[in-house]
Amino acid sequence: MVDNGIGASVLRKEDNRFLTGKGNYTDDVNVLGQTHAYFIRSPHAHATIDRIDVSAASASEGVIAVFTGDDLEKDGIGPLICGVNVTSDDGEPHRAPLHPALAQGKVNYVGDHIAVVIAETLAQAKDAAEKVEIDYGVLPAIADTATAADNGQQQIHDVAPGNTCYNWPFGDKSAVEEAFETAHKISTLELVNNRMVTNPMEPRAALGDYNSGTEEITLHVTTQNPHVHRLVLSAFNQLAPEHKLRVVGPDVGGGFGVKIFVYAEELVVGWACRKVNRPVKWTSDRTEAFMSDAHGRDHVAFAEMAMDERGKFLAMRVNTTANLGAYLSTFSTMVPSYLYAFLLAGQYSTPLIYSEVKAVFTNTAPVDAARGAGRPEATYLLERLVDVCAEDIGLDPAEIRRRNFIPVDAFPYQTPVVQCYDSGDYPAALEKALSLADYDGFSERAKEAKSRGKRRGIGLSSYVEACGIAPSAAVGQLGAGVGLWESAQVRFNPTGNVQVFTGTHSHGQGHETTFAQLITEQLGVPLENIEVIHGDTAKTQFGMGTYGSRSLAVGGVAIAKACEKLIAKGKKIAAHALEAAEGDIEFEEGNFSVAGTDKSMNIAEVAFNAYVPHSYPEGLEPGFDENAFFDPLNFSFPAGTHVCEIEVDPETGEVEIVKYSAVDDFGKLINPMIVEGQVHGGIVHGVGQALLEGCQYDADGQLITASYMDYAMPRADNVPSFDVDYAPTNPPDNPLGVKGCGEAGAIGAPPAVINAITNALGIKHIDMPATPENVWRAAQSMG
Amino acid sequence: MEMISEQKIAASREQVWAALNDTEILKKSMPGCESFDAISENTFEAKITAKVGPVKAKFKFNVELTDIRPPHGYLISGEGQGGVAGFAKGSAMVELSEDGSGTILSYTVKANVGGKLAQLGARLIDGTAKKMADEFFSNFNAMLSGNESS
Repeated sequence: MVDNGIGASVLRKEDNRFLTGKGNYTDDVNVLGQTHAYFIRSPHAHATIDRIDVSAASASEGVIAVFTGDDLEKDGIGPLICGVNVTSDDGEPHRAPLHPALAQGKVNYVGDHIAVVIAETLAQAKDAAEKVEIDYGVLPAIADTATAADNGQQQIHDVAPGNTCYNWPFGDKSAVEEAFETAHKISTLELVNNRMVTNPMEPRAALGDYNSGTEEITLHVTTQNPHVHRLVLSAFNQLAPEHKLRVVGPDVGGGFGVKIFVYAEELVVGWACRKVNRPVKWTSDRTEAFMSDAHGRDHVAFAEMAMDERGKFLAMRVNTTANLGAYLSTFSTMVPSYLYAFLLAGQYSTPLIYSEVKAVFTNTAPVDAARGAGRPEATYLLERLVDVCAEDIGLDPAEIRRRNFIPVDAFPYQTPVVQCYDSGDYPAALEKALSLADYDGFSERAKEAKSRGKRRGIGLSSYVEACGIAPSAAVGQLGAGVGLWESAQVRFNPTGNVQVFTGTHSHGQGHETTFAQLITEQLGVPLENIEVIHGDTAKTQFGMGTYGSRSLAVGGVAIAKACEKLIAKGKKIAAHALEAAEGDIEFEEGNFSVAGTDKSMNIAEVAFNAYVPHSYPEGLEPGFDENAFFDPLNFSFPAGTHVCEIEVDPETGEVEIVKYSAVDDFGKLINPMIVEGQVHGGIVHGVGQALLEGCQYDADGQLITASYMDYAMPRADNVPSFDVDYAPTNPPDNPLGVKGCGEAGAIGAPPAVINAITNALGIKHIDMPATPENVWRAAQSMG
Repeated sequence: MEMISEQKIAASREQVWAALNDTEILKKSMPGCESFDAISENTFEAKITAKVGPVKAKFKFNVELTDIRPPHGYLISGEGQGGVAGFAKGSAMVELSEDGSGTILSYTVKANVGGKLAQLGARLIDGTAKKMADEFFSNFNAMLSGNESS
């Protein structure tokens, strides 16, 4: 057994620098001659721009330049793109309105970018911004998801009649209709999936630096995927050719999806640094982040389930309207379609599913992937509907789940919604979670709570998600413009230490530790001799980045493949040195040895021989440095059951989570401590959505939750200490046997919390966020 | 939200109506008003510094009088751009009724804001608008009743 390998809860290597203030974030990077950018944003949700006069601002003290959309257009820069096509029900591609990085004649949401002021200091840029004169022709605005496509609504984009981006039906409609006609019971539910602002701790930032000597732009940016940024900025936004654009995502303080996308500010800063031939920096303030970061969720849906007498699901029908905001963000179209409808089977053997999704434009910030991306929306809808079904048919929520689970012996299981689950044991996770939560003792605890004037409730959520995103052929078929493989390079230095270059990006996940543990396990190199390097297109060979819980399930496998190549080459080198046949060399725990003898040499010595090949196998390349790409065979399917127990104070409407038990199947765990941290963070994220968070626009499209005064984030005192356990299965489609854990909590938690509240109050439904006011109203209406 | 309030003014309705049409009195009554200039008979341009919650901005308001019913009242409405702070819109429906030798001036105020003002101050706008309207009409009252305090 190697120390600190797979399964060891090693303390995180990166925490030494993070906990001692030595992290290096984009805003920490400062270069000689740096200037500062300030963006002028629309105060109106929907307006024509009738006149812009920048002359006074341009003459303001310290100002280097003021640019508008016309300047970008003249240089052929932009527009911003959406990288995934969804075909609408008329056979045409989704409607994609022009998305200029700086507005051209019209603004479509509060915060839309109009102009940028570049000055010696940020204060000078802000002062000059006050002097930009803009005449607006204010138009009526629409911010409401449910009614955006109604007849007579204000039209936002000429290319999208009815404010509709696409109508996307999926499934066998007539078979589902037939099943509904003959069903014993039909349960229905209408619900809202509340709009969220993602709020990573570090706001977005970008620093563009142009070297006129090499004609290269270096763009430091808060990104989860530096190579994707480089590709999009080069190939689609015409910023610079790929080989003349270096994108660096240094330390990044949380992403949660919001830093996947290519934003206007990043493109403008990258372009402007060459235009003014000075480095240009922009750092978002918190209110800018609320306005202009891509938001998450925002669905209204109607769901129906047809059941037989025993509560067995026969067919499900879902109608969803998803708000995409004013423009299409980079991957927005796929979130309420492929990442949502393909997960509607959940853990159940429902044979027939039909879904219709209408994606709409509104005068709000663009909406795109946020932790879970589509899967939380699917899970919330399904797991809430299952509880309604249980109530309607008179079954315990645990029992109706048992009756409908995909049986353990049915894997690999082809769902009616594209996904083929490779592994899972849903009953095992459920039973373990019920036992961890002491489900059987709940009624006693509820009685005791009642004696204190409290109403106690318990809620289940049995989720499955699809991550390890994703097989390139599958996403290509669906309309994605990229492949979703991952790459790794494992390089030994002559002195025996190892540098691992990964195309994934760590922004809180602990890759520097987890990936080092993989190498320790596979190559037997001590953990302290391994350095994981990521986030710089000039250092790492290639990569598609980190999102969709893919880094270990895809990127980790690429690392393992590179290690396999090193072992194969090492055997040749060792065979030569040990004067044995290559076939007789065995490799274990860092040592190459001749089978059946005590002759062996350490991998560090092999590496030295490879760089100092004085006595070396004939014809073998020197060097000990291997590269590998891995394209996954399938998505991975983490699953589990979460149980939330709450108490409601009917006098105040306050919800206290008194106990939260999570049993997840993530396959093999590399670092259980890091995994548990991801579970905790995910659950808190989900609790935030369920109880606290809700992004609000008023009827005029004004954003009225744009600071922490008005937008409630979860805090430590909103959650109890979690009980976390695992019920792993071995996924045959993943070479490392891993599944991914970064999003599971945010997917599993919201329905568990809401199911507990509806259980406590004896009501059918309450929309998120279940704030004290909403809960109090619900409690009062029950008497 | 609409906010309704009233002032008892120790002056005749005709005197109050005349004052309501006197730009100098309107300017002096308006808190934070730097200028109040007539553009045409019933339109004005006003420069006003106002603070909503944490956001302080200088607004250029276009003010208009409509629904003019001498000497019963009018609707005074304004729309102002505050640069990067956003914009504000507001109106006051003013009604005058005789009360013995004095006059009761009642007013219904509406206000809304956009941009940064809405993002940081939306919760405060009703209170701010009410306060500004109350200050305006009590200043107005003080000037007419002859006991101008400022």
